[in-house]
Amino acid sequence: MARTLEELRKRYNSAPAQTGRRMHGPRGPMGPRQSGKPKNVGKTVKRMMSYVGRYKFRLAVVLLCMLLTAVTSLVGSYLLAPIIDRLAIAVLPETAESIRAGMSAAGKVADSVIEAFMNTSLIASLTGSVAAEATVYVISALIILGTVYLVSVVGSWLQGRLMLSVSQHAVENIRNDLFEKLQKLPIRYFDSHPTGEIMSRFTNDVDNIDTMLNSSLTSIVSGVVTLVGTFVFMLTTNIWLTLVTVVFIPIFLKLGGLIARNSSKYYSSQQAAIGALNGYIEETVSGQKVIKVFNHEQDAEEEFGALNEDLRDKQFNAQFWGGIMGPIMGNTSQVSYGITVGVGGVLMVTAGLTPGALTVFATYARNFAMPINMISNTMSTVFAALAGAERVFAVMDADPESPDTEGALELPIVGEVVLKDVTFGYVPEKTVLKNISLTAEPGKKIAFVGSTGAGKTTVTNLLNRFYDVEQGEITIDGRPLTAYKRDHLRRNIAMVLQDTHLFTGSVRENIRYGRPDATDDEVIAAAKTASAHSFIMRLENGYDTVLEGDGANLSQGQRQLLNIARAALSKAPILVLDEATSSVDTRTERHIEHGMDRLMNDRTTFVIAHRLSTVRNSDQILVLEKGEIIERGTHDELLAMKGRYYELYTGVVELS
Amino acid sequence: MKRWLKYVLPYKKYFILGPICMLVEVLGEIVMPRLLALALENGDPDTGARSVGLAVLLGVGMVLAALLMMAGGIGGAYFGAKASVNFATDVRRDAYNGIQKFAFANIDRFSSGSLVTRLTNDVTQIQNFVNMLLRMALRAPGIMIGALIMAILLNPSLSAILAVTVPLTILSVLGVIALGFPRFARMQTKIDALNSTVRENVTNVRVVKSFVREDHETEKFRTANENLKTAGLGAMKIMILLSPVMNILMYATILIIIWSGHKEVLNGDMPYWDLSAFIAYVNQILHSLMGVTMLFMVSSRAMAAGKRICEVLDEKPDLSDLTAAYPEKTVTEGRIEMKNVSFRYFKNSEEEVLSGIDLVIEPGETVGIIGSTGSGKTTLVSLIPRLYDADGGEVLIDGVNVKDYSLSHLRDGISMVLQKNLLFSGSIADNLRWGNENATDEEISEAAVRAEADTFITSFPDGYDTVLEKGGLNISGGQKQRLCIARALLKKPKILILDDSTSAVDTATERRIRSALKDGLSDCTKLIIAQRISSVMEADKIIVMENGRISGVGRHEELLANNRDYREIYQSQTEDRKEA
Repeated sequence: MARTLEELRKRYNSAPAQTGRRMHGPRGPMGPRQSGKPKNVGKTVKRMMSYVGRYKFRLAVVLLCMLLTAVTSLVGSYLLAPIIDRLAIAVLPETAESIRAGMSAAGKVADSVIEAFMNTSLIASLTGSVAAEATVYVISALIILGTVYLVSVVGSWLQGRLMLSVSQHAVENIRNDLFEKLQKLPIRYFDSHPTGEIMSRFTNDVDNIDTMLNSSLTSIVSGVVTLVGTFVFMLTTNIWLTLVTVVFIPIFLKLGGLIARNSSKYYSSQQAAIGALNGYIEETVSGQKVIKVFNHEQDAEEEFGALNEDLRDKQFNAQFWGGIMGPIMGNTSQVSYGITVGVGGVLMVTAGLTPGALTVFATYARNFAMPINMISNTMSTVFAALAGAERVFAVMDADPESPDTEGALELPIVGEVVLKDVTFGYVPEKTVLKNISLTAEPGKKIAFVGSTGAGKTTVTNLLNRFYDVEQGEITIDGRPLTAYKRDHLRRNIAMVLQDTHLFTGSVRENIRYGRPDATDDEVIAAAKTASAHSFIMRLENGYDTVLEGDGANLSQGQRQLLNIARAALSKAPILVLDEATSSVDTRTERHIEHGMDRLMNDRTTFVIAHRLSTVRNSDQILVLEKGEIIERGTHDELLAMKGRYYELYTGVVELS
Repeated sequence: MKRWLKYVLPYKKYFILGPICMLVEVLGEIVMPRLLALALENGDPDTGARSVGLAVLLGVGMVLAALLMMAGGIGGAYFGAKASVNFATDVRRDAYNGIQKFAFANIDRFSSGSLVTRLTNDVTQIQNFVNMLLRMALRAPGIMIGALIMAILLNPSLSAILAVTVPLTILSVLGVIALGFPRFARMQTKIDALNSTVRENVTNVRVVKSFVREDHETEKFRTANENLKTAGLGAMKIMILLSPVMNILMYATILIIIWSGHKEVLNGDMPYWDLSAFIAYVNQILHSLMGVTMLFMVSSRAMAAGKRICEVLDEKPDLSDLTAAYPEKTVTEGRIEMKNVSFRYFKNSEEEVLSGIDLVIEPGETVGIIGSTGSGKTTLVSLIPRLYDADGGEVLIDGVNVKDYSLSHLRDGISMVLQKNLLFSGSIADNLRWGNENATDEEISEAAVRAEADTFITSFPDGYDTVLEKGGLNISGGQKQRLCIARALLKKPKILILDDSTSAVDTATERRIRSALKDGLSDCTKLIIAQRISSVMEADKIIVMENGRISGVGRHEELLANNRDYREIYQSQTEDRKEA
């Protein structure tokens, strides 16, 4: 029975599409993107400037080039008017007076600059006839024009090139700072933030910053220069025509605002529909095999169809409103262009406006709208980047692991671990451990038994200070955990965790992860201890086989063996095995047992295991239930008690 | 190409009207400079008609042309959006429905991550491309050609200059792109490398911290970051050459045209106002060239995305029930027979995953399957609901080859709890109803009771209406497994397959589930794959798998007496007890 669209929307919309992966271009997916409004613009900008500000010299040159480029491209188009005017005079000398009279102030300036250049250069001697003089004028103008163009091209390239290197360096530094900060964050942070979310700080958010630095700044600076420059030039050319254009500014703003409002409304409902659809795809495609086993294909097709159809409508609206922005704004400027030409044509007839002035003015009128469009478009990129930067800085500002206390020690650790009345909860309202007390003598093996959620793993989380104890105390060799430097403490506790984690790299590198200075012989010895040697030797390149994607080419059991080997290499006096062999089949487990015994021999060991056979020979077994120790003792003692442990144990083995 | 036609034809109206609207805009762009030239001509102090009326008329004409262009632009946006959205929606639907027809082997071939990317990002890519194509394809080249024609009409001899500079521009742009493309590909791999470094670090954070290797990780990241920066700079610095190269050629063209044009004006071959109109056309031509190159860049990306979608659309389901001899037949008894079955996952791999499998399982029997990792247990049971097809031999259910059932009837009769099982977003009841969408509340709780799930479900404040977040993040692994079993039971199957489905369930609970299955589903054939001997020792029959072969079949005592593999497994699980 397929669910209705309403139900589906509710279900899959709660999780906004988080594109943690970067999929295609350097700009990331074209689909949903995190944006949102930045909250504290001033502070964020200032902080971002601190990354860019390191390259002051380059930035100064960039700014100079930006101005230069914007000015030269304006000047470039302005130089065309005097050329045409001069040609008109040359062809029709009798109109010279009226043309000269109709020249704009700026046109006159340009004209006299060309004249001055003409007179100082050698070609001036060629002047004779009006036509020859016009040619010389054109040559001079072309030389100036060519120079201006050249400056504009070189300036724009230089600016782009320098900004590229500034932005790439800045972004590299931001990423480095972000990652370094990540290394200092407590486990709590990782436990409360999904991987995808952390990833998107590195991808989407940094990307948006990159885009802004690379293109938006340039657009804004050149947009503003063009706007102001064009306006000034328009004023100097003809006040009446300028008025015609200025009248259109409020119309532009109004129209632009209207379209933008509508399009952002439809855009966000499109994003919601995309989020729901992508959420549905992600879930059902990942669970495709289950769908097949339950013959659920029909329902999946129907539900997908409903979401897909919904997106069809939403997306059309968003695309349409987004799509008309350009034509409407662009053609409104064409309308103003038409009016300008109409009025200009009349002015030519009645008030002696020069042809050149009208030509150039028409171009200005057309171009006046461009920077307005450009700036308004760019602002959305800027806001996206600032919002991204804010999220990045939020990670950088997150509370790191508390610093080591004053005078924290780095003493050799023997391995006596004592928990006194430890009470702990990940969130204040929910206690996970209640009044846990235990003493582990050096070299002893302590086991935790209990159902999922009883708090077994929490004990080990506290031991190596992934989380800090709030009530009660944990001591090692008689000193509270906080008396040791945190790094020193962790180096002295080797952990084999429930989830097997391997890194991209060779088998050897993975085993050596805990002790980079270990020799090859030591690595092999550790692998033998964990019974991993024989399967490693059967891999394609033995110890040099490269594992990829968290060791996907190994079975779960083999990965666990590598984890054990990694811990075996460490010389830590305290060892924590959290479901270390849960995926290893029982025969193999037998094989490692001797190695494991040797491993645990001279270390204080904490074992968490499902299989009671694994914990049987512990010096002390603690049965945890709902965060409390309900039974403790050796295997035999606990059996004799006929309590919970006895129940569990007899549940496993009823062989006779 | 042909493959996409199917998605274009239903919307051909939009696909045709869109470009036509854009043509209106193009015509306007071309007419505008012409009208300007007329206005200049009219206003000429000497030769012009100097008519105020004509000047006003030309202004009005330009405004009208502009409004017409606006209408064309809006129409273009409308039809472009209609066409591209409909196109993409249909492609997405077909790709998704195609995946629904995939066999397990097909799913294995694509990773599910890559399928998701194809359905989301890749479809969006081609959608954007179609939209852009409709709105730009005629526009940019149209303006270019129109402006070119106008320029030639205006002045053929000046246009000759364009014959040199336009191809030169195209060639140099293509050159830059060709140079930049491999660099972008390299940059992409560096991005992937950086991402996987971060991902690995975040998922492995406990290992990093417990071995105090933060510095090492930072070093690793810095290297990846540095590599990315270098690759990024290398690629981008080529791409930013694009605009200066085009600008230089454009400016050079304008300079040459002014130079040659001014001579013609002075000779009286061309009125001076034509020169400014000509320059305006040249501007248009070169700007639209920029648009054409953009189109090139986007299309090469879209082609890649399109290819990836085609792979999904073209993928032939590895198995189908079209040739089934008895498509109406359902599973009624639950008798399973395998005759000399062999199987390999990859047709070119040498080693068979299963070989020479012969077995008979009678209706209602409970069968345990045991063996070391990689011995073929999961593969063996996967052949029963035809998740994969055997390469050799045959698999019979109720005496009929599985290939002769319709897939839906076959799988309706068989419930399989996969090793890597999943729950879906929604309430617990919603999830359980996967097994039977019409199940009553009583049936649901009955199944949950059998799977030992009722107790914990009812302990939640919302009971069966508790919403599972993201496939069950808010419940424990053992609870998840029990829900999966309940879901499978609701199907009331003739054959129930549990593939290591109780590994996270504590042993006492597991035992209760087993006895509930035995009592409640007496006429259902039960296959149980397990690690622990205790899970299977009460079975009517135990199959011991070793290296893709059956090493022994029998009851617990029989196997203990005469199967070495079984004995070894047994010993590995019980020796401790004897010592104690």
